[in-house]
Amino acid sequence: MASKKDFVKFDKVDKSYDGKVLVVKDLQLDIAEGEFITMLGPSGSGKTTCLMMLAGFETPTNGEIYLDGKAISSIPPHKRGIGMVFQNYALFPHMTVYENLAFPLRVRKIPKDEADKKIDKALSMVSLQGFAARMPGQLSGGQQQRVAVARSLVFDPQLVLMDEPLGALDKNLRESMQYEIKHIHESIGVTVVYVTHDQSEALTMSNRIAVFNDGKVQQLSSPDELYEKPVNSFVAEFIGENNTFGGEVSDISGGKCKVKLANAEILANPISVKGKGERTTVSLRPERALINPSTKMDNLHKGKIEEVIYHGDHTRVRINLLGNPEFILKVPNSSSNLDIKLGNEINIGWNSDDARALDPK
Amino acid sequence: MSSETNQILTTDGIPLEVSLKKAERKNKIKAFLLVAPLLLFLIITYVFPIGDMLFRSIDDKMVTQMLPKTFKAMENWDGQELPEEEVFAAFHEDFVKLVEDKREGKLSTQLNYTKNGFKSIIKKLRRASKKFEEGNYKEQIMAVHKRWADVEYWRAIQRRAPEFTGQKYLKGMDMYVNEEGKIVSVEEDRRIHRVLWLRTLEIAFFVTVFCFLMAYPIAHLLATLPMKYSNLLMICVLLPFWTSLLVRTASWMILLQQQGIVNDFFVGIGLVADNNRPEMMYNKTGSYVAMTQILLPFMVLPLYSVMKTISPSLMRAGKSLGGTPFVAFWKVYFPLTIPGIGAGCLLVFILAIGYYITPALVGGASGTLISNQIAFHMKSTLDWSFASAMGLMLLSGVLVIYWLYNKIVGIDNIKLG
Repeated sequence: MASKKDFVKFDKVDKSYDGKVLVVKDLQLDIAEGEFITMLGPSGSGKTTCLMMLAGFETPTNGEIYLDGKAISSIPPHKRGIGMVFQNYALFPHMTVYENLAFPLRVRKIPKDEADKKIDKALSMVSLQGFAARMPGQLSGGQQQRVAVARSLVFDPQLVLMDEPLGALDKNLRESMQYEIKHIHESIGVTVVYVTHDQSEALTMSNRIAVFNDGKVQQLSSPDELYEKPVNSFVAEFIGENNTFGGEVSDISGGKCKVKLANAEILANPISVKGKGERTTVSLRPERALINPSTKMDNLHKGKIEEVIYHGDHTRVRINLLGNPEFILKVPNSSSNLDIKLGNEINIGWNSDDARALDPK
Repeated sequence: MSSETNQILTTDGIPLEVSLKKAERKNKIKAFLLVAPLLLFLIITYVFPIGDMLFRSIDDKMVTQMLPKTFKAMENWDGQELPEEEVFAAFHEDFVKLVEDKREGKLSTQLNYTKNGFKSIIKKLRRASKKFEEGNYKEQIMAVHKRWADVEYWRAIQRRAPEFTGQKYLKGMDMYVNEEGKIVSVEEDRRIHRVLWLRTLEIAFFVTVFCFLMAYPIAHLLATLPMKYSNLLMICVLLPFWTSLLVRTASWMILLQQQGIVNDFFVGIGLVADNNRPEMMYNKTGSYVAMTQILLPFMVLPLYSVMKTISPSLMRAGKSLGGTPFVAFWKVYFPLTIPGIGAGCLLVFILAIGYYITPALVGGASGTLISNQIAFHMKSTLDWSFASAMGLMLLSGVLVIYWLYNKIVGIDNIKLG
């Protein structure tokens, strides 16, 4: 089966609750069939609103949403056939696990023996066989989560929406559930739209990530591209750790630009700067800068160590560098450790390719 | 023996249990002192009056104490033939004493409750007894009136011998103990209490149903509306609480009377003819309307507090899983509100079953409840023991309902907030 590129299509969607503020602005988003797409963003960025519009609990103020080529704005939620996992699971507390899973099958009038098979399959998918007779209140948070996932999949929807489903779980459980959901997605090939504000969750699970801010998609790309090649300073700041220098472009040529800081000049990769004199924020990932680099790097500057924090597998070093007292370095804890001591002056180098000159903050 | 060897000691060698009790004794005493005023208050205002009421409803010592010797002598009487001289003599002795204390009138009233016809023959006996000679009282008393020679009347006296009696309860159910000592119903046209009991249940039931039907949507709105509007609505619901019950009932009288606002409105829109205005007051309709309005908050509040805890995402989940809005409501939302429905219905039903002022004012003859009858016996006939008996019957009825509810729904399922 050829997968459709625009299985779900948001076409120029605007959304406003009060007629004054746009929560979602001109949203243009295509989701391919079988894709795991994550909407990532801080709270209030409009990601959950998008999900609710797709599920049918909110109507777009303008524009149209298409599911498999059909406009769905006028279709009520119960006819859309979209599975959904809610933030607090929304399991029916007065029904057993079995009855919870049977609910979507019963309303579709699926015969009991067939329904039982589907329920067994769904429960084994989330490794909860033998829990069918339990009430949701007798399950742990992680188990309730699995039941909610199983329930959203039991009626074989083509599309499943997940609204911060792991938000209420503790860290270890959350990580293991991330892999579990990812594996379920891979094994049954359902299209998943996942909403979260947790970037590591988004990076782990998704095929593509749509970073939301202020009602707009800031960047839509694969996790590695999002991390390595952020297109603006919001994305660079929001995803992972980031060192920044604010300055002015003093020269731009040959795919490189010179950025003049308060009392120095650095080389950077011009991403969103076009010409001389523009303000810019240069973004550099902490792991891309090295202490006393052995290879030649086109940026090499001296800094003073302000703080050393031990993190087990690595050490975080805060350095006052080129007028930025918050410059962070991550040094792997290997046996050939460098002489990192508080107050030492050290050389720090990085390639200009990794220093992305983005829009000013 | 094993328990001794297994006993756990604290580091100082005191048994753990003893040490624990000692450590917690202070807290226990503090806690008890905190509840003590309420406990005392409850005992004085609740346990004691109910105990007194129970006692009063079965107390029948009056006649027992007025005729002590008679009842002693009657112990050997089989009740078939007229009693022996010995009983008559004892009765005469008791009677003379009562006349001296001027209490024979009370005796006649009491005995007349048991059997009609005692009043006049006791009056005659009092007059005649002044001229009685010593000895052979049987002949002399029987000569006063022919009823004194009737064994039925002596049996009636004997029935008053026990110190305690359940006859007030029987009376409350329109039954009595007849001459043969069997429990039978009174004649059809004198059965007033059974009708009242049934009407009380009927009105309480329908008021509960009406309250439920009206309160459910209101409570749902309250729980789902934005705070701004729900607060206003909540005030509307609570407003009746802040108004005097009497004022509210009186305003219903203004609204519902035949020349009242509601009737004027009906005539105005041509629903009824001016000369054919329906009676909406001084009958059941009046009781239904006024009681439903007054008891409505007691249904809204428990429902609201339960609905408030139901996450809106549950309804959404129901819909997203393919349930129509009705299915989602009926299968998901409604079952979750059952604790509130149970609490509200129980509350309204129990309050309605003992309602007094409103039916008394707007109920008329066909809309009064058993509590009005109780009040009537408290104030007018002064038959307090009968009023107590009916009050206790009402109380036990409520307890039975509570017990049934617990059996069917489970009382731990109830939620008031």
